[in-house]
Amino acid sequence: MNELIKMKINGMDVHFPKGKTILEVCKDAGISIPTLCYDERLKPHGGCRLCLVEVKGRPVPLASCTTPGEAGMEITTESPRLTRLRKTVLELLLSNHPNDCMCCEASGDCSLQEMAYLYGASLDRFQGEQWQLPIREDNPFITFEPNKCIVCGRCTRICNEVVMAGTIDLANRGFNAIPETAFSKPRSLENCEFCGQCVSTCPTGALTDKKGRGKGRSGDVRKVKTTCSYCGTGCNFYLNVKNDKVIRVTSDLTAPVNKGNLCIKGRYGYDFIQSAERLKTPLIREGEGFREASWDEALGLVASRFRALIEEHGADKVGGFSSSRCSNEENYLLSKWVRCAVGSNNVDNCARV
Amino acid sequence: MPDMDTLFLFGSNPTEGHPIVSLHLKKALANGAKLVVADPRKTWMARRADVWLNLKPGSNIALLNGIIRVILENGWENAEFISKRTEGLEKLQAKVREYDFDRVEELTGVGRDKIIEAARLYARADKSMIVYGLGVTEHQTGTENAMAIANLALVCGHIGRPATGIMALRGQNNVQGASDLGPLPATLPGYQSVTDPKCREKFQKAWGVTIKDKPGLKSVEMLDECTRGNFKGIFILGEDPAQTDPDLHHVRKALESVDFLVVQDIFPTETTKYAHVILPGASFAEKDGTFTNGERRVQRIRKAIEPIAGMAEWEVISRISTLMGYPMTYSHPSEIMDEIASLVPIYGGISYDRIEKKGIQWPCPTKDHPGTTTLYTDLFSRPGGLAQFMPLDHQGSAEVADETYPLVLITGRIREHYNNGSMTRRCAGIAEVVPEELIEISPEDAGALGIAHMDWVKVSSRRGELQVRAKVTDRSQSGSVFMTFHHENALTNVLTSEHRDPITGTPEYKSCAVRVEKV
Repeated sequence: MNELIKMKINGMDVHFPKGKTILEVCKDAGISIPTLCYDERLKPHGGCRLCLVEVKGRPVPLASCTTPGEAGMEITTESPRLTRLRKTVLELLLSNHPNDCMCCEASGDCSLQEMAYLYGASLDRFQGEQWQLPIREDNPFITFEPNKCIVCGRCTRICNEVVMAGTIDLANRGFNAIPETAFSKPRSLENCEFCGQCVSTCPTGALTDKKGRGKGRSGDVRKVKTTCSYCGTGCNFYLNVKNDKVIRVTSDLTAPVNKGNLCIKGRYGYDFIQSAERLKTPLIREGEGFREASWDEALGLVASRFRALIEEHGADKVGGFSSSRCSNEENYLLSKWVRCAVGSNNVDNCARV
Repeated sequence: MPDMDTLFLFGSNPTEGHPIVSLHLKKALANGAKLVVADPRKTWMARRADVWLNLKPGSNIALLNGIIRVILENGWENAEFISKRTEGLEKLQAKVREYDFDRVEELTGVGRDKIIEAARLYARADKSMIVYGLGVTEHQTGTENAMAIANLALVCGHIGRPATGIMALRGQNNVQGASDLGPLPATLPGYQSVTDPKCREKFQKAWGVTIKDKPGLKSVEMLDECTRGNFKGIFILGEDPAQTDPDLHHVRKALESVDFLVVQDIFPTETTKYAHVILPGASFAEKDGTFTNGERRVQRIRKAIEPIAGMAEWEVISRISTLMGYPMTYSHPSEIMDEIASLVPIYGGISYDRIEKKGIQWPCPTKDHPGTTTLYTDLFSRPGGLAQFMPLDHQGSAEVADETYPLVLITGRIREHYNNGSMTRRCAGIAEVVPEELIEISPEDAGALGIAHMDWVKVSSRRGELQVRAKVTDRSQSGSVFMTFHHENALTNVLTSEHRDPITGTPEYKSCAVRVEKV
């Protein structure tokens, strides 16, 4: 199964395990090949024709994403012919695309924009009919700008292959083909999990996160890799931060547990962080209610009251509850605080509830 | 995981509770794995199962005994594994003989054909894996339920090889780490017993204090003592027992009685109402630290924004401790992790440098150890390294349906919300798509009670009552209803019972008797 075989890529010998596609072998070897319909979370599709490579002895270039690597193959990933073909593919796509990058939510995070730039594609080589479809914002999480869709099928494939939700699929044929919900119904919990996986794989601005729109694009944000704070799966993702505010969550395709996949809570459950209802200052009970206090006053009161209770009733009458929601370091510290500063073993966490 | 041949999903609803784990399981199914689901509810997975064992709540052990009996009687067990790696099969064999098809069907409601097929699919496959959830542990027999699952895996030798084993899906982000690192009454960080003089000695030297050699009180015992006036001060860090604990009236009484209660949380909660001092907490986006996931992977969280209230919990605890006369002088959480590594052998090789790019799975005893992906490949963690079969008997739930309270209430989660809901209810969109608590009731029961979809109903148990709207759905089977505990406007845990697993203290959230009436 793990037998290594050899092929030549751009004149260089590369060893790889049998069963990998040419694209995967190239990626592993650090050779980049342009793609639009490829996502490593999905089965190879061979739709966009951008990943074409030349294989010695074959008359036409082959899609590297769907062609298995074979022993002895000689591959060329860059040539004037490939550049010409790729540029033409991009120009055909741009012939039915709004090309409004300066206003587009995805600018800076758009494979089509990046490829068009890399290959110097012209915006008006092919003139023809263009989609004039309305923007769909019929749900709280996902904005769909169909005119920006290149019909690569990544959204529909991730919805069906990975999430198995079956929310969207390609409807219609030819020029009219478009990702659609069944009977064009608005997305709701009836037909959608709102995991945003489709947004995470979209290579253009067709599918974007509604909640983050207009708040800052890819180039304007600081991306901080972290671990989700909801369930115990341990998914990693990036908090997108602008002006000390979390404005969006984006996928980390290298994450060992979730490989870029997220659920509704991981991807869209972040705005509690900046909720106006957050506790912002310590509060001390006064009569029936609470009054605001400084950290110094509140912590001084906490320390002196606990000390007094320990002196009067003994350390065994004082304890702490720790939390599965807090970090390892905080759990360790609370345990240490009870055992050292209080002097009892009365410490427990909510793991059992 | 995608390589397994049979997936046995027991008391777990991963498409709702652990959506990303469910993606791995779905991939296995797409690759052709067979699926056996044991669940009283018709979940997403149950709908797609080759065999759905629709057992009655609280009958896990009877079902598992019945399956093991079929395996042993057909010679489907893994004799080589049993002889090399286990002991005590005879006692188990004698016990499961008492669980013939008729008895099992009476206790569980599951018929013989389904039991035989489930046994065959699990036992006869090359690589079978059991994934279980809180439907196993949140019963008064939670520990025995988990042991019964271990019996099944051991009988078939589906353990210690890739794509086999038993995977328990942990509920909360850091439930593993919170157990690992010492906030437990009987163990110091790293499961090192307070009764073991050597363990105590190590921590006493490092911490410079004398550690008591008797285990302290569990949280539920502290609350019990409070109601008797015997407990004086509690610091609650990031927990909301006044909403999420069972039998809320008891919890409220305890919190009212304690002399001094400090609660640290990011939002006002049901619990902060009882506090004498409320301290604001920092969310995971506001501090550096680590979480340990359900597969023991220690991963970083990183400070993305400044703490909204100015301080993170580790700084607050350090300052309180210092003011109380025990100085803590950490300048960064990485120093706390270094101290953990020096005292906790399973975390011995963990440091922020090493997990900068990718987390490490404990046990990781040394700085050059790569971490451990699969446990128990050679030996089990018992003296002698052999696994012990445990003969177990059906006990059922502590509270069962009767004439006054004829339905069984199962509680759990839905995908969109999380626990007490204090976070997800404040997220735009999530609050919009799931704005309120709904009780899921089967079309049969709803029809008999004259309840239509989205009608308001009163739900009552021996302990309390509430009003909620009904969702009529075949996800619930006749005889049981389902609620989450995510909403403040319907505090489900006023209904749940005081019964607990006596070994772990885990409440019986998965089963209590209720009455549902149209209002």
